[in-house]
Amino acid sequence: MNGTLPPKSLAERAALATPPTVAMRVRGLSDRAVAWIFIAPTIVLLLAINIFPLIWTIQLSFTNYRANRPNAPVRNVGIDNYHSILTDPDIWAAMQATAHFVFWTIVLQTVIGFTLAWLIDRKFRGHGFWTTIILIPMMLSPAVVGNFWRFLYQPQIGGFNYFVSFFTGLPPSSFEMIGSVKLAPWAIVVVDTWMWTPYVMLICLAGLRSIPDYIYEAAEVDRASPLRQFWSITLPMALPFIMLAVLFRGIENFKMFDMVNLLTSGGPGSTTEVASITLKREAFEKWRTGFSSAFAIILFVTVFGLANIYVKALNRVKQR
Amino acid sequence: MTGITTAHSVVEPGARSRRIAAAVVVVYAVLTMLPLVWIFMTSLKTPPDSISYPPKIVFQPTLEGYCNLFTTRSRQTAEYIRSLPPPSGFCEQIARDRNMVVVSASNYAPRFVNSLIIAFGSTFCAVTLGTLAAYGFSRFKVPLADDLLFFILSTRMMPPIAVAIPIYLMYRELGLSDTKLGMILLYTAVNVSLAVWLLKGFIDEIPREYEEAAMIDGYTRLQSFRKVVLPQAATGIAATAIFCLIFAWNEYAFAVLLTSGDAQTAPPFIPIIIGEGGQDWPAVAAGTTLFLIPILVFTVLLRKHLLRGITFGAVRK
Amino acid sequence: MKKLIAGAGAVAAALLATPATTPAMAQGKTITLCWAAWDPANALVELSKDFTAKSGVNMKFEFVPWPNFADRMLNELNSKGKLCDLIIGDSQWIGGSAENGHYVKLNEFFDKNGIKMSDFMSATVTGYSEWPKGTPNYWALPAMGDALGWTYRKDWFARPDLQAAFKAKYNRDLAAPKTQSELKDIAEFFQGREIDGKKVYGAAIFTERGSEGITMGVNNALYPFGFEYQDPKKPYAMDGFVNSADAIKGLEFYKALYKCCTPPGYTDAYMQEGLDAFKSGQVAMQMNWFAFFPGLAKDEKVGGDRIGFFVNPGEKTKGSQLGGQGLSVVAYSNNKNEALEYIKWFAQPDVQKKWWSLGGYSAAKSVLEDPNFPKTAPFAGDFLVAMGQVKDFWAEPSYAQLLLAMQKRVHDYVVADRGTAKEALDALIADWKKVFKDDGKL
Repeated sequence: MNGTLPPKSLAERAALATPPTVAMRVRGLSDRAVAWIFIAPTIVLLLAINIFPLIWTIQLSFTNYRANRPNAPVRNVGIDNYHSILTDPDIWAAMQATAHFVFWTIVLQTVIGFTLAWLIDRKFRGHGFWTTIILIPMMLSPAVVGNFWRFLYQPQIGGFNYFVSFFTGLPPSSFEMIGSVKLAPWAIVVVDTWMWTPYVMLICLAGLRSIPDYIYEAAEVDRASPLRQFWSITLPMALPFIMLAVLFRGIENFKMFDMVNLLTSGGPGSTTEVASITLKREAFEKWRTGFSSAFAIILFVTVFGLANIYVKALNRVKQR
Repeated sequence: MTGITTAHSVVEPGARSRRIAAAVVVVYAVLTMLPLVWIFMTSLKTPPDSISYPPKIVFQPTLEGYCNLFTTRSRQTAEYIRSLPPPSGFCEQIARDRNMVVVSASNYAPRFVNSLIIAFGSTFCAVTLGTLAAYGFSRFKVPLADDLLFFILSTRMMPPIAVAIPIYLMYRELGLSDTKLGMILLYTAVNVSLAVWLLKGFIDEIPREYEEAAMIDGYTRLQSFRKVVLPQAATGIAATAIFCLIFAWNEYAFAVLLTSGDAQTAPPFIPIIIGEGGQDWPAVAAGTTLFLIPILVFTVLLRKHLLRGITFGAVRK
Repeated sequence: MKKLIAGAGAVAAALLATPATTPAMAQGKTITLCWAAWDPANALVELSKDFTAKSGVNMKFEFVPWPNFADRMLNELNSKGKLCDLIIGDSQWIGGSAENGHYVKLNEFFDKNGIKMSDFMSATVTGYSEWPKGTPNYWALPAMGDALGWTYRKDWFARPDLQAAFKAKYNRDLAAPKTQSELKDIAEFFQGREIDGKKVYGAAIFTERGSEGITMGVNNALYPFGFEYQDPKKPYAMDGFVNSADAIKGLEFYKALYKCCTPPGYTDAYMQEGLDAFKSGQVAMQMNWFAFFPGLAKDEKVGGDRIGFFVNPGEKTKGSQLGGQGLSVVAYSNNKNEALEYIKWFAQPDVQKKWWSLGGYSAAKSVLEDPNFPKTAPFAGDFLVAMGQVKDFWAEPSYAQLLLAMQKRVHDYVVADRGTAKEALDALIADWKKVFKDDGKL
């Protein structure tokens, strides 16, 4: 792809290939017109499939509309929906479950991912191959794979409990990953960590590789210990990358639906009912469209707000 | 993954630290593959073997799971089975051995085809729109460009269930519920933000001088876009296309809420494959295996561009 | 040529708006039937081959497993989808589907074709066809009778050593239980016992959270303990009925049964998990729908002489949870004529008879009232008894909300150990009142 352009031959070819009238007509398009012709279709599509629905959602969120009662009268209920969401203990329980999930997946994925990246950065023989192997889980469908983890977690017939029992000596049927109230929140954290640690690893690896060698060389000259080098060079310089990875994982896991829905569908009880699952129940099982629209808006504002604050922090770190 | 090999003089890690790093990474890689190996092994087990406890590591491999994936069967009495014509195929023979009759083909094949049509259709649209828009943003002064770009990105921040609520109502009015067209439109809209961001990065990297030279030589803007920029951006476009394809291929939330049959893709279908009574894990594993293979191939093809794709072009390396 | 005729037929049908009684049957047309993915559905595919042979209409099937069935199909109906021409919908959907116009009303069609609801068992007509309940407004043909029942390992129950051990402990014979308390005794007796070198467990019951599982299971215990949905004299008055002392006892009983006598990892189990547990020889008893009993009776490992069946035992009174479905025509279908023709075919006595023989539960009196019926299968007699004592969950248009509330409250109490039985039922009444208030019924 790096061949340089031979202008002469191109011009000749263009002259031959283009009938003069067409060339004139097309040349008539100003850059501005071209720009709009190029951008407009995308904007139109996004307006139709994203913005218009968003506005509709906002409008619905002030009504008691229910999608399964097309004939029932729709009433404007003002901010009632928002009020009942913010005072609903079940919704707060869902937000807590989401927070637990987001927090621990980020912590585990960052720690493991960064460690792996740091190790891979030693550039041992075959590191390219092994990196590709490690990357595979994050490319797979969370729904399809999450569904299969339900099988792996079966205490008697699945592989996970036997694997744990092989290393710890616990009897395999003595614990239930997706069945017990205590373990289920961790069961979803484990699967998400399995899937997405490579994601963090990959970004961290880019961060580590972006650190120029001369900085380490200077540190060597100053006789800085390896530990010191790690704390004062490696970590701070890779930090913007780590933060970027955390941002992306944070947004994704805040939205988490597919894997958890298939693995635990919110159970046992409501222990793993993350926000998206509550939203799905309200919107597509109870069909409280107005209520769930309000909840959707609240979730959107939350992600958007948190992400914006975070991006500001990220930029500050970058500038340092 | 190879990166630029800079001459590490002083900071070159020692042989021992390398060996330890290699060992840890290899162990992790093997662990991470275990669930996938388990899926593949399960796909070759018989249904009783798959739910035996403790799980069987050594077993007689069979294609029953793959047969069950593509058929539906009914358990019948021996007298009824005897009244039927002899089995006409490998899978039917397996079913008869279990006192069952194959009653019809399953819906897996049509769902797989739906996945292909919807994934490729939406990828084509998203990449086409994305390339044009990315070029527009890259080369022209678009008023409010930064706001527009951020707006495009912000559409990815909505939880999919939240997006699905109005889309469901909209599609119901337009008659697009459970249609391939509806799903292609939706996936295009979701993917186009990724495509614009990635492709803008790729196109930014192509020096403007090339086009300018071409235009001085009499090319119009459109010609220089077609004949100069597009070939230069080909790798980027291919990488972007694969990312869009993977998203559409893997998507579950929209598919499960907005499709029920005619346009249903494989991800919402695979978890609901059940056999007689309980979940038919070998068939589920077989469906999963077939579904994952294309992605494995793409991952290997893409490995050089992965980083860019997953960070919306924020990290280019 | 065939295509041409088919095309002409379709045009003629459209132009003449042919009445349902003389449908213009287009050769090679295909209609789709939607149902849950389970054994009887596969039997229906086999049965329907006769319909295709007779009418030339091809059948396509969309089967969704139970945990997803209601979500998916109600979603489809609410989106006015054309995927299903015929739907075998669950009993509780009838209110919503009738009121929102998802189903075609069948009274006129029944009258014209001489299909009489009096030819079907009355519990199934009330349960699957009528809305409002108790009025002659029919939205479905009873297609599949069903109720919750129990299976047990007859071969284990018959072992002399176990018989003796049981007698020593409980001072009665080890046999199918007559009351819920007896059932729990037996489950406790088997829990953790070694049989043929394998550890086995008492009973497989329903604890599923996602759809309707635990509600169905809990109800099956609540009814015999004396639970009522509402004051029989005052509709929607639930205080003192839903949370009566009997209801509390019933719910506590179910939790005790769950805690003492289920296999490990049994926190999210519905029919499929129950079947797996029973077929792999893990449990002595299994709560499940009669729909699965034909398949279980034919099972290579646990079928035949090794399996026995019993009706849900009584306690203070008698009661079984109703299952089962009616066959309806979807109002958005483009192939209503063919769909109605299918119903007409399906209602015939000889088709109903074959339906039963292939593993479906006919609701036709011609099949059920045949004096030989109880002898046709080991569970046939029990089925008649069970259908005589069924009760159903709410079939209100808001049934999904009512169900989700109950799923949450009872799962939180039984499986997740939150609060007491009284608190769970009190909270449930509050949830239900809210729903009925929203609907303007309270």
